[in-house]
Amino acid sequence: MTRDTKSILLVGVGGQGIIRASDILSVALMHAGFDVKKSEVHGMAQRGGCVSSHVRYGEKVYSPLAKEGGVDILLSFEKLETLRYLHYLRNGGTIIMNDAEILPPAVNLGEKSYPSGIYERIKTAFPGVVSIDAYAVARQEGDIRMANTVMLGVLSARLDIDESVWETVFTESFPGKIAELNLQAFKHARHA
Amino acid sequence: MRAFLSGNEAIARGAYECGVTFAAAYPGTPSTEITENFARYEGVYAEWAPNEKVALEVCIGAALAGIRAMAVMKHVGVNVAADPLFTVSYTGIEGGLVIVTADDPSMHSSQNEQDNRNYARFAKVPMLEPGDSQEAKEFVKHAFEISERFDTPVFLRSVTRLSHSKSIVSLDDPVGGSDGPRIRHDREKYVMVPAMARLRRGEVETRMTALREYAEGFSENRIEMNNPSVGIIAAGVAYNYAKDVYPHYSFLKLGMVNPLPEELIRRFAADVETLYIVEELDPFIEDQVRAMGITVTGKERLPAMNEFNPGIVEKAFTENREPSESAVAESGIPARPPNLCPGCPHRGLFYAAGRLGCFVTGDIGCYTLSFMKPLEGIDSCICMGASVGMAHGMSKALGDDGKGKVIGVIGDSTFIHSGITPLLNAAYNRSNAVTVICDNRTTAMTGMQEHPGTGRTLQGEETVRLDFARLAGALGVENVRIVDPLNIQETKTVLKEELAKDGPSLVVASSPCALLKMKKSEMESCYTIDTTACTGCKVCIGLGCPAISWRSFETYGIPVGGKKENKKQKGVAVIDALLCTGCSLCQQVCTFDAITEVRKNDA
Repeated sequence: MTRDTKSILLVGVGGQGIIRASDILSVALMHAGFDVKKSEVHGMAQRGGCVSSHVRYGEKVYSPLAKEGGVDILLSFEKLETLRYLHYLRNGGTIIMNDAEILPPAVNLGEKSYPSGIYERIKTAFPGVVSIDAYAVARQEGDIRMANTVMLGVLSARLDIDESVWETVFTESFPGKIAELNLQAFKHARHA
Repeated sequence: MRAFLSGNEAIARGAYECGVTFAAAYPGTPSTEITENFARYEGVYAEWAPNEKVALEVCIGAALAGIRAMAVMKHVGVNVAADPLFTVSYTGIEGGLVIVTADDPSMHSSQNEQDNRNYARFAKVPMLEPGDSQEAKEFVKHAFEISERFDTPVFLRSVTRLSHSKSIVSLDDPVGGSDGPRIRHDREKYVMVPAMARLRRGEVETRMTALREYAEGFSENRIEMNNPSVGIIAAGVAYNYAKDVYPHYSFLKLGMVNPLPEELIRRFAADVETLYIVEELDPFIEDQVRAMGITVTGKERLPAMNEFNPGIVEKAFTENREPSESAVAESGIPARPPNLCPGCPHRGLFYAAGRLGCFVTGDIGCYTLSFMKPLEGIDSCICMGASVGMAHGMSKALGDDGKGKVIGVIGDSTFIHSGITPLLNAAYNRSNAVTVICDNRTTAMTGMQEHPGTGRTLQGEETVRLDFARLAGALGVENVRIVDPLNIQETKTVLKEELAKDGPSLVVASSPCALLKMKKSEMESCYTIDTTACTGCKVCIGLGCPAISWRSFETYGIPVGGKKENKKQKGVAVIDALLCTGCSLCQQVCTFDAITEVRKNDA
């Protein structure tokens, strides 16, 4: 297990459960024995604005913020937000992207258009980009609100954390029945 | 035991662990969660005060009764509390008194980015600045010890990136605190009439001299000697950014930023070849180090505005750094600003008010977001409470020409914070401006906190509820109207009637926050657009509701079963059933009966 500080950047739109997901991820990393820091901005972000959460872990972490061009994994909950934060990713970094479009106000008003072909554009520069429809998977699992759990499941397959750690963290993070549902969705996404 | 805590949670925990039993605050991002979390601990008292001045005065009272008290506010809150601050600096305290100021570099949720370290120097009050959650918890304890040892209020400064970052904290059991409350008369110390204030003024200088000496040996002012070619002086989060990119350089980490340890700084400067100062916002440390005659590099390389990150610190001191590679061009990405929520009652108010041709002075709260297109609901925003006084001033300046042309809009919590005295002023000086209170029964922007208008306290007790209409009557405002802002026609009519009257009017636009409604019950119905009846006129789009979007035929094609009403029609509006709360505003503005109510499950 390498102990150099690694950075994961979670991005998306207010209301998608990004802060909850980054909390669960951070606590899992803590239980796995890492030093962890994370940072995001609350407040205005709740009202449908963009949300970004930095999670950094390693032997000893100083800054809670990653630098541009220094992020190892970009976990994006919305396609346009992937583009917005792409410059944070290091060369050869990993992108996991939810295949979802949430229209910004200017697009809703018909003033601007939502960029087309985002996946294709990203794929050219990052051939390994993983794109999943987390909403569809979450709906199949029984609740669309578990899309953030599905995203975590896909991410977890790329992290060196025992499944038992995730089980503990999910059990601590949700009440009984909901923990079970989330854990099931998480595992399906993790092993898909 | 270890926990993963935000800076705010850690400050609350630190206060609990060192026997603080009293806190008062007014909510303000990024400080709000400190008081919310503290209030949940056993055996403590915590309250929302109407504003920061009151919160600090309440805490001064508690500290004079001999217990440890903590006043919590965002940076601009200290402006409001500045009056008592500058004089409690003279009187000192009985029990420890700590003022937490949470600054907001980059203005994530604020109207300015003032550097409150300046208040520490200005008011001659010591200030500690932690850099992560573990330090935040420990520094609260240091702050109370210093407060009691040196008979002084103490500042604890946080910034957004500390308050809203999380890191691992080891928890301790609560210990210590005061010997319990008592009454002790000491008029020479606490009655600040000129004769006694002059005596205390000298005490302040003596205290600051003693604190300067203390700072030299303070455990959190420490030198980390490493490669001596470069030495970096830094405090708080900036230390962590610098340490991240320059782990091999030497550091002087300052836990106390006022007063500065001059001898320690001189010693460090002498031991390194080049000295950098890495600090966000003002050259606060830098100016003082330069005044010591020491050569440093700081603001000529680093910005004096906005928060830092490791990238900014790295770029500042690295020559000829290659530009970071960005594989995909990212220009022209539509911005995603925060917006009023679906179902927000403010939307109805501003839609109605926006059609009256008035200048609308705005205030601080969710409704500030209405300034954006398409509502463009307010024309100014300065600070808490400013809308009411500004509307009156503008109305007076315009004279007869301004009659019916000026509205001041303010939220319920903001009105209680700073709107009451300007409304009294408007009544006293016979204003023609109309004041509107957007009463959504909560402090919404900061995350749904109680206030004197909600009838509940921070710790969940039922209490008296402020009646805005009766208050306005008592202040001398004769014209008081209550409207439902989710009824556009009614709201427009009432505003028009009040604008036509002589003298001050108050309109209370009363409807609970959409988030508050959502908490209480699942909305059962929502609205849907009949795409065969929609003519693509975009009137509903003009509400700026996040649940309504425009689907152009060019991009999305003509919907199944839909048709083009005429050659000019370019698309239709659609409603996202998941987001719609059933407020009916869009149905009210649709002139083609294309919008109908449906049960959520059928949508």
